[in-house]
Amino acid sequence: MGEAAAVLTMKGICKRFPGVTALDGVDLRLLPGEVHALMGENGAGKSTLIKVLTGVYPADAGTVELGGATVAFGGPLEAQRAGISTVYQEVNLCANLSVAENILLGREPRRRGRIDWKRMRARAAELLSRLELSLDVSAPLSSCSLAVQQMVAIARAIDVDARVLILDEPTSSLDADEVAQLFRVLRRLKEQGIAILFVSHFLDQVYEISDRMTILRNGRLVGEYPTRELSPVRLVAKMIGQELAALERLHGEHKTFDRPLVEARGVGRAGAVEPFTLTVHEGEVVGLAGLLGSGRTEVARLLFGADHASTGEITVGGTPVSLRTPRAAMNHKIAFCSENRKEDGLIPDLTVRENIILALQATRGWTRPVPREQQDELVSRYVEALKISPPNPEQLVRNLSGGNQQKVVLARWLILAPRLLILDEPTRGIDVGAKAEIQRLVAQLSDGGMAVLFISAELEEVLRLSHKVEVLRDRRLVAELPNDDRLTTDVLMETIASGGRA
Amino acid sequence: MSTLTLGRGRVPAKYLPVLVTGCLFVAMFAAGGIRYEGFASGQVVLNVFIDNAFLLVVAIGLTFVILTGGIDLSVGSVVALSTMIAAALMEGPGWPPYLVIPLVLAVGSGLGLVMGYVVHAFDIQPFIVTLAGMFLARGLCYTIGTDSIPIADPAFTVFAQTRIDLFADLWISPSVVIAVVVVLVAAYVLHYTRFGRTVYAAGGNEQSALLMGLPVGRTKIAVYTISGFCSALGGLLLSFYMLSGYGLHAVGMELDAIAAVVIGGTLLTGGSGFLLGTVLGVLVLGLIQTIISFEGTLLSWWTKIFIGMLLFVFIVLQRLFSGGSRR
Repeated sequence: MGEAAAVLTMKGICKRFPGVTALDGVDLRLLPGEVHALMGENGAGKSTLIKVLTGVYPADAGTVELGGATVAFGGPLEAQRAGISTVYQEVNLCANLSVAENILLGREPRRRGRIDWKRMRARAAELLSRLELSLDVSAPLSSCSLAVQQMVAIARAIDVDARVLILDEPTSSLDADEVAQLFRVLRRLKEQGIAILFVSHFLDQVYEISDRMTILRNGRLVGEYPTRELSPVRLVAKMIGQELAALERLHGEHKTFDRPLVEARGVGRAGAVEPFTLTVHEGEVVGLAGLLGSGRTEVARLLFGADHASTGEITVGGTPVSLRTPRAAMNHKIAFCSENRKEDGLIPDLTVRENIILALQATRGWTRPVPREQQDELVSRYVEALKISPPNPEQLVRNLSGGNQQKVVLARWLILAPRLLILDEPTRGIDVGAKAEIQRLVAQLSDGGMAVLFISAELEEVLRLSHKVEVLRDRRLVAELPNDDRLTTDVLMETIASGGRA
Repeated sequence: MSTLTLGRGRVPAKYLPVLVTGCLFVAMFAAGGIRYEGFASGQVVLNVFIDNAFLLVVAIGLTFVILTGGIDLSVGSVVALSTMIAAALMEGPGWPPYLVIPLVLAVGSGLGLVMGYVVHAFDIQPFIVTLAGMFLARGLCYTIGTDSIPIADPAFTVFAQTRIDLFADLWISPSVVIAVVVVLVAAYVLHYTRFGRTVYAAGGNEQSALLMGLPVGRTKIAVYTISGFCSALGGLLLSFYMLSGYGLHAVGMELDAIAAVVIGGTLLTGGSGFLLGTVLGVLVLGLIQTIISFEGTLLSWWTKIFIGMLLFVFIVLQRLFSGGSRR
């Protein structure tokens, strides 16, 4: 192929967890002296692939070859000894120890079995100087900024004669200057012939630093491409995967919305999402589009008071409000169906009835229980309206299918008659039929005057339902697009990829 | 907030809890010296060492465990079991001390090893595992005998009555020498060996330590073994001191030891603390008892009240420090 021989080759990697196939026949190869980006949305299998490579998980099938020899590591330590070092997404160091120790822990220079602290500090300082860093190596790591901690982690990784350096989202908590510093370091390591596997959600950075990329989707290999030859739009398309199902738009006639319900002005939260301005009108469905990790959920959490905004103000119906807790938001009739229905939303060991009644009960306070007859009446009404199956209110929620569980969460919030309903990925992981029902329900609700903030990774779905679409990218609201005939998934993808109106 | 400015310069925040305990000890000693005649002598401090040598050894073992973020509730019971095994074997079949002492140490270490293994292999809360160990060891005492067994072995009695004279009329007991040796060895291990640094790393962030490729599992098992060994050694020192074995020895001692470690500035969440702090913690506890006995009119239960108040203060202090450094 006219290229240097690959230093690392993974072939046909499969990994199954109970109930889910995380990787299915994935190939990956790394050439010496290149930065290789591993792309894919959350859940595409990137982290699993890295963990298989470093021996955290054993692979169910497939081979890993390092420098021509087949290897199977029993753990990160073995992988490290063989020359594969990993810097994880969250800095995995011990903040209670000094910088020098964090770099050399487990490999401390010793003299007659005794740790030689002087030599250890000198060695650590030397390694950091390779990264163009000079800092007090005897200071505790907790006194360093996150960026410096990241560098320390890299210094640790390259101390062993690393042939492969894996960086799992190293830039997610760094600012622009720090990213530039990191990239300088990466280029330097690249010149030394180290193969770098780079995982990031930030497309700009991937294009800035990487030479080639491998794209995964839903645990499967989409392909390997030289970065230069793949435009950002095509990259996004390959990551998301286009479903060409041409379903009718559900939002009907173009309506005019003139009664703002919730307005957010300059609302932001440091480290989560940059300040954004967003208006949701009564009866309007607002779609939030963007890659996973682009800040969609963060926007929703701010509007629901699950996180505190560090800047800006929110008005509901024209009056400024302070949404400091979800309870405050609930008092203003804002409801939030979270992305993670299993962990945040539903209690699997309670019955459908109990789960549905939960939020209503919470707003009344525990001293005033909802009378049983009222419970039964409400629940049976919603079980019927949402076609929850089996239609038995006393069924344990854990026994329901994903789609029906999602309907239970919806019913819980609908009982409260919210004015703004925030739906975070309401259709993820549920079957097509239930998906369509939930979509239809959202359309009905908005016809009835309820405002809906709809978050979904599926652009078609967002387009079908929304009256306008807000596009997020790299934790910033980059565009607001009215959903008219000219707005297509291609335009949306272009916007997500480029960060501005195409 | 990594450093705090003090009178003579900047002190890294990690030394601060130890410094506070040290100051507290000095202040208590000074206050006692002013209030009571004959208090301000070196022998009073040495007596604290002599009376608490066994507690010191136990607390050192416990410091290892707490530094990894664990806890060992079994130490008091293992101390009692050790006194019981030693007394029963020497008085009954008449085993010589040079057989009994290694056996006792082996039993203590073995119990610790098993508890450590269970904690690690089954990923069970150390609290529950060592609670079970505590009941087990205490129960084993009574299977040996329900009454106090006196020890008349000449080697033990000689050991108990020996005075090692220092300069100027000051003296210590051999137990103090053993305790000091244990302190020095433990401090060396914690500070100058890979094992010691892994203890700190595991306590700081176990997940990270694992991903850094450190032998976390082995280390965790080892610290419980060390704690078991120290408890057994503490039990031997106690049997020198008491010259008896009894199932009711050292009841509640695990709590004294935990209190000493915490007052010494070691974080219960692990990863931060020094052996010197534990030594000072034991000294502070001992000094409280001394002051109360000098006072004469107070019941000994006042000791507990003071310890309780001190613990509150120190835990709040720790909260403030750790809160400051993590944000």
